[in-house]
Amino acid sequence: MPQIAQLAETWSSQVFWLLVFFGITFFVIGKGMVPKVMETVAQRDGQIAADLAAAKAARDAADEQEEAWRVRENENRAAAQAIVAKAKDEAAARSETKLKAAQTRLDKKLSEAETRIAEARAAALTEVETVAVEAAQDIVKTVAGLKVTKPTASKAVKEAMANG
Amino acid sequence: MAAEQAKVDPMYQFTIEPLAGSSGWELAGYNIAFTNSALWMLITTVVLFLFVLGGMKRELVPGRWQMMVESFTGFIDNMLEANIGKAGRKYVPYVFSLFMFILFANLLGLLPLGIFGLHPFTFTSHFTVTGVLAIISFSIVLLVGFWKHGLHFFSLFVPHGTPLPMVPVIAPIEFISFMVRPFSLGLRLFVAMMAGHVLLEVLSSFVIDGTNAGATFGLMVGLPSFILMIGICALELLVAGIQAYVFALLTSLYINDAENLH
Repeated sequence: MPQIAQLAETWSSQVFWLLVFFGITFFVIGKGMVPKVMETVAQRDGQIAADLAAAKAARDAADEQEEAWRVRENENRAAAQAIVAKAKDEAAARSETKLKAAQTRLDKKLSEAETRIAEARAAALTEVETVAVEAAQDIVKTVAGLKVTKPTASKAVKEAMANG
Repeated sequence: MAAEQAKVDPMYQFTIEPLAGSSGWELAGYNIAFTNSALWMLITTVVLFLFVLGGMKRELVPGRWQMMVESFTGFIDNMLEANIGKAGRKYVPYVFSLFMFILFANLLGLLPLGIFGLHPFTFTSHFTVTGVLAIISFSIVLLVGFWKHGLHFFSLFVPHGTPLPMVPVIAPIEFISFMVRPFSLGLRLFVAMMAGHVLLEVLSSFVIDGTNAGATFGLMVGLPSFILMIGICALELLVAGIQAYVFALLTSLYINDAENLH
């Protein structure tokens, strides 16, 4: 086993050269180069984190604008609906007044017609009465030979007509 | 036959040889020969440097290479954050160096360079190396622990909710388990790497010797061994990663003890 057989003659050279080369490795590579490599990594990580943060901020801003747009949109829609409703109400009111006017006109015509009919009926009734009175006087004169005065005859006719 | 068998020595791959006449180099009386082991440490460092350099383009949208490097740093970063918390970040350079150094050493040691007549050397299969790495990790734990908590760091040896009469019994056990950590840390990597390489070498000796012994042996022993070797190679690649991960993970767990007590 050379490790033990050569120990006495080689240990000092082994230790010396190991210290030299491991020392170079540590001070040049470990102390000099590794921190720079890690710094690059840290820089990249920082850059990525910053980019992600920027992207997130942009997305938040976009969300905000979309929200604002939505609010505005809702307002516009509500305003439009209000205008439509108002127009509808106005149209309804207008048509109602028109209808009311037409109704009153019709009612008036109707009542006029009714009055005329009532007058005509009353006139007709009076005429019938007169005719009836004259007929009654004639009948009495012919049948009984009596002369009945006009007031008496009309009174009797009125009674008879009232009784039906 | 004896000479042929000696050709495949499973232990030879761990031999350290000074290169290019550097065997006499000394520093303050200690030998510091530039060996094949040191050469592979150099290669590991250079390859690791080039690997991380490829990830330094610092582009906002990473290419494949940069992505790969970043996933390694991210992996270590996550591991430390999961085990230690926010305070774990300052240990990323150390744990990253440790993990990648061991990982690359393990993987480079597995390269099939023997085809080109070169001999890859896995220096993580030497406990002189893994031991030093373990001691560095352990020292960091001790330094951080005493720096942050002072003598209060010793409360680490008394787990929460220990009944008072049990403290004299529990504390020594905790202390021993604490002191064993650097050994288990260093030995685990060393043993895993060495066992794998020995196993591959032994199997290859079966393939070579079996084939040399004739067609029957070649089919009965050599072929199954060769197929098994392919599987073991895949397993070794896995082990190379796992052992590096375990070393880094345990280091971070130990640092967590020092950072947060418990």
